[in-house]
Amino acid sequence: MKPITELVKDLADKHGRDRRNLLPILQGVVEQEKYLSEYSMFEIARELDLPVTEVYGTATFYSFLECKKMGKYIIRVCKTITCSMKGERQILLAIQDMLKIKIGETTQDGKFTLLETNCLGFCHKAPAMLINNEVYTELTPEKIREILGSYLHDKIIGGEHVS
Amino acid sequence: MSANHIVKRADFIFKNENDWEEVLTKSLARTPNELINELISSELKGRGGAGFPTGLKWKLTSELKSDEKFVICNADEGEPGTFKDREILSRVPFKVLTAIALCGYVIGAKQGFIYLRGEYFFLQQELKKAISEFEFFCKEIKYDFKINIFMGSGAYICGEETALFESMEGKRGEPRNKPPYPTAYGYLGKPTVINNVETLAHTFTIFKYGSKRFYDLGVQFSRGTKLFSISGDTPKPGIYELELGMSLSDFVDDFGDDDTKAVQVGGASGFLVPRKKFSGTSIGFEGKLVGISLPTGGSMMLFNSSRSMFNVLDNYLNFFAEESCGQCTPCRVGCQQLLKGIKAVKRGEKPASYLDKLLDLAETMQYTAKCGLGQSVANSFTSIVENFREEMIY
Repeated sequence: MKPITELVKDLADKHGRDRRNLLPILQGVVEQEKYLSEYSMFEIARELDLPVTEVYGTATFYSFLECKKMGKYIIRVCKTITCSMKGERQILLAIQDMLKIKIGETTQDGKFTLLETNCLGFCHKAPAMLINNEVYTELTPEKIREILGSYLHDKIIGGEHVS
Repeated sequence: MSANHIVKRADFIFKNENDWEEVLTKSLARTPNELINELISSELKGRGGAGFPTGLKWKLTSELKSDEKFVICNADEGEPGTFKDREILSRVPFKVLTAIALCGYVIGAKQGFIYLRGEYFFLQQELKKAISEFEFFCKEIKYDFKINIFMGSGAYICGEETALFESMEGKRGEPRNKPPYPTAYGYLGKPTVINNVETLAHTFTIFKYGSKRFYDLGVQFSRGTKLFSISGDTPKPGIYELELGMSLSDFVDDFGDDDTKAVQVGGASGFLVPRKKFSGTSIGFEGKLVGISLPTGGSMMLFNSSRSMFNVLDNYLNFFAEESCGQCTPCRVGCQQLLKGIKAVKRGEKPASYLDKLLDLAETMQYTAKCGLGQSVANSFTSIVENFREEMIY
């Protein structure tokens, strides 16, 4: 893990310091940190010579750019119509039961955050969820226990599109 | 494939892409005008849902003088019930890359982008590999063209073309006023062609086989094939390439579960069609189809009699209320009030006649919202409330 200042500088070197490079830089910070702290927004604003309000305004617009502290693994369960029809509730219950957290909460050890999200584009394989960038489909409570179990031991089972 | 399907299947999009180098080289040997005319005579219309004629879009952009122009492939596939673009990008990426490069040739752009939604991050690595192979070939044939991936970060509204430009420029994804249109004033204020992934894949088919092959499929005003993302209460969910112009009753006979109560055509921003209107509805752009014709980005969601249409509408409105960018009042306030309103009627806090006020509000949004998101909330709202009014009340 790089210190924020160094991370922001590296990202700016890589992507450029124009306004149009802001999103990739924000994404780069989120990739490492899982969220954008106030401090990291200040650093980005300074590095790109932008008003910090502009950085904040952009960051808070996007649902995948979290602005409060998140766990190491962010679980996003799809709640849009087909997933909701095909058992999203049971999936949420299975996760909540296993991790003892509610929607929007992070486990004590900082490992998992549970969120809901809008359509993931896997309606034909509903219900679906993301854990960080990995997508899991045709979920059942049994599958949830298997998948989360693998994350608990940091031996991650690949999702839908991992070759 | 069995011949017993009620709706005829087609197979162009996912058919092998091994000849992309040949298609690219041969097309680059033709003049930009020839390629434009090929597209115009194919009558291909945008497959993202809006249905703007693709050939005309390329033509308008090609005619403008500018030091810089751009081609953007819109892969911000966020409409509920749509998942075809991901499949195209993972199965036949070279078709899309070839089409982007050919568009660049036609309009005079040296740079293309794929705006990929954040939810599809896992596609990025394979796609990057394909791009470097593609660019290597371009260099070999001395065609100077670059393609970059730009990642989104979870915002439905960024599928709206001008919001997408704002997002690429590092800003909040808030739609711009139109006009000016992207053909004249797009990314960084430069003339830009922005096409849906599937539209680009169809241009590959057209350049490969000629426009006639494409034009001969479908029906008048709705030519060619289209990918349909089929989900909900169906025994065979998935992605199917079908000819435009089919009747909804044939579709339901083919894909339904014998208990289909309604079909949502075009995702949450589209229309809900109840069973009694299946036979009077066709899938395609406005034209000489039977009864009412509904355009679609390809999202077809089936609901059977076990589903509550109130829950369906409630789910859509929650979606819109969250995904509204908040920029214009009709959409920001309208989505929330519609949601509050149907809940109040359901709980008996408002009389059933309050639904008529909500229908008025939806109509107001249709006329006054700044972009397609706010304008199209009325589509699903009105079609659900009018056809299933009793389910909203009791």
